Amino acid sequence: MEPQLYTIAVYTENRVSLLHQISMVFSRRCLNIDSMTVSACSIEGVHKFTITCFSTRTMLEHVVRQIEKRIDVIKAFLFTDEEIVYQEVALYKVPTASVVYTEIEDIVRGSGARVLEIHPNYTVFEKTGHTDEIMELFERLKPLGIKQFVRSGRIAVTRSSREMVDEYLLSREARSLMQN
Amino acid sequence: MKELLTGSEILIRSLIDNGTQCLFGYPGGQIMPVYDKLYDYSDRLRHYLARHEQGAIHAAEGYARATGRTGVVTATSGPGAMNLLTGLADALMDSTPVVAVTGQVGSSMLGKDAFQESDVISSVLPVTKWAVQVRRAEDIAPAVARAFYIANSGRPGPVVIDLARDAQVGTAEYEKLEAPFIRSYDSDPHPAEGALEETARLLNEAERPLILAGHGISISGAQDVLAAIVGKGEIPVACTMLGLSCIPSGHPQYVGMLGMHGNLGPNINTNRADVIVAVGMRFDDRVTGDLTKYAPDARIVHIDIDASEFDKMVKADVHVHCDARKALEAILPMLDEADRREWRESFDRHREVEEERVMARELAVAAPGGKMLMGGVVRKVCEAFDDNAVIVTDVGQNQMFAVKYSRFNLPDSLISSGGLGTMGYGLPAAIGAKIGVPHRDVVLFVGDGGLQMTIEELGMIMEYGIDVKIVLLNNNFLGNVRQWQHLFFNGRFSSTPMTNPDFKMLAAAYGIAGADVADASALDAAIAEMRKCPGAYLLNVNIDETDMVFPMTPGGNGVDEILLDESQYYKPR
Ligand SMILES: Cc1ncc(C[n+]2csc(CCOP(=O)(O)OP(=O)(O)O)c2C)c(N)n1
Repeated sequence: MEPQLYTIAVYTENRVSLLHQISMVFSRRCLNIDSMTVSACSIEGVHKFTITCFSTRTMLEHVVRQIEKRIDVIKAFLFTDEEIVYQEVALYKVPTASVVYTEIEDIVRGSGARVLEIHPNYTVFEKTGHTDEIMELFERLKPLGIKQFVRSGRIAVTRSSREMVDEYLLSREARSLMQN
Repeated sequence: MKELLTGSEILIRSLIDNGTQCLFGYPGGQIMPVYDKLYDYSDRLRHYLARHEQGAIHAAEGYARATGRTGVVTATSGPGAMNLLTGLADALMDSTPVVAVTGQVGSSMLGKDAFQESDVISSVLPVTKWAVQVRRAEDIAPAVARAFYIANSGRPGPVVIDLARDAQVGTAEYEKLEAPFIRSYDSDPHPAEGALEETARLLNEAERPLILAGHGISISGAQDVLAAIVGKGEIPVACTMLGLSCIPSGHPQYVGMLGMHGNLGPNINTNRADVIVAVGMRFDDRVTGDLTKYAPDARIVHIDIDASEFDKMVKADVHVHCDARKALEAILPMLDEADRREWRESFDRHREVEEERVMARELAVAAPGGKMLMGGVVRKVCEAFDDNAVIVTDVGQNQMFAVKYSRFNLPDSLISSGGLGTMGYGLPAAIGAKIGVPHRDVVLFVGDGGLQMTIEELGMIMEYGIDVKIVLLNNNFLGNVRQWQHLFFNGRFSSTPMTNPDFKMLAAAYGIAGADVADASALDAAIAEMRKCPGAYLLNVNIDETDMVFPMTPGGNGVDEILLDESQYYKPR
């Protein structure tokens, strides 16, 4: 099976050491995490890790199960790009002087970037999109002399009409009521 | 009723309220408040002082494996906690319920390289099922309740509670807590719909079914249901090493042990079976050999409580995600009675070859020159205990011969380090086992290398008068490595010969009775003497260093490509 970029979504309790517990499953197999974004999600008390990794499906299916095995992990899923809507954000800091002398309108319009700040010395652009779109703008801004560039990890939501984590938590709640 | 107590006392009360009767450990600066309170509770919670924290945790493991109850171990911060790592890794690999409590520096000092501070949580995460640091007295009781629940439910494993000094000396109200509900952890999963029915259907339609019984059988207490299933369907059953004793060795459907040094029948017939049902086992590489040549003709059902084991090594056609006992109980009424005598007898034909070509050689006690062979010694010792003893092993040739030639009448009778293969496990594990099941005989088979890895625990035997029969299979070599050097490294015995101390004298220094058996002719009398001795005993047996374990499936071979001796492969008809 050919390796490709996969997205892994991990839902966890909000406890310390989860980052370590998740990352060690990758490092154990010598897998390089391509990007990772962590934040609280829409379910109260639940955190979501969005991780991208370049590997085979078999390998990452094992990884996902081993992540899910950790006690404080609620659910983990493996997705291909087709199964999700995803986005990244990037910031570009370029010398203001070079901006003034370029056809900057063309670049901004063409890329859908935004100007966040203009300072006599520097200007900061922001762009959201997929990696290739962000890198395309990077190439176009390059002649201006990029002073700083940063790209976030991927964030993603599923295309499915079922909310698997909600369903899981509801079923767990029902189990807990049955037990008591 | 709530009481205001110090954190140390809350810890002890919670341990007791979670069923702890004894614990193994070693004190030190950052766990002293707990030890101070233990002093007051010594009538209700017995503390066994090990001579090394590794000894303490292996003893806790042995106790857990013998009883099914959670083993408890305590250690101080820094060096004490770090000495637990091997045992934690061992317990994780072998699904052994252990709760380890480590002292930790005060929380204001954390992260500042305080004296005897180490980052316990980060260090233990890869080798534990769960780990938590507690910094406040009021968090101790919930952490302990959670720790015991996690350690001994689902697939059992080790848990660490890292107890900062402030938590030990602070005060809080205590009341007994029940096991918590943990929404992110399902300790009792239900199998997917139809999976059990599909398993029964596959078994009923099978002509050559084989059940692989792992450690999960004894963990879930499914021994009787397993026996009922294999009897009803006349289904041959083979055990993994940790599965041994989950079915009596004399059961008509029992066909032997799987794996690299397992029996010919189950290994060969793995590749002839048309349906394999694996229960509570994880297709370890020592069991499967080369995966590309494994069980080519079989539909495979995998029953396990740990979903991460599915398709990890062997792709299964059916996953049954639940407790082994629950699965087998559900399958039993759906199973048809069947006559599979012919298939069952095909195992006997391999068995006959093994008896003739391997066992006859290995079970002969005497080697040229009066030295002895491990296999024969093991068999004689086990017979002296009527095949009813709890057999504990260390790691190496002693382990392989012990598991090959012990016979088991009773369940929960084999305690051995399987997944990690930890030399030094045996002696402390045997001590813990004896403490857990004092009414049973406990016999340890150990090599001269492994014994010396935790030999300091003879001190525990001495201090607490623990009746463990130690059979030292002494070849003055790291025998297992020697065997591989002989077979695969041109007999270059690099760092495997050992100059050994006088073990009998060493035992005597600890007040432990013992005997040297230099010559095979003296073996029977020596075993009888050991059997009669009311306390611990060390039998130092002079083993021929050229002794080798067969059959053997060298690494990289398929499960049915088996050496009968160093040059001959088995060619089944
Ligand atoms: C802690 C540890 N270190 C090293 C090994 C590798 N090892 C496996 S078996 C073995 C030799 C064991 O020798 P001994 O204890 O004398 O037993 P024998 O094989 O001779 O029965 C070694 C070194 C191990 N399993 N565990």
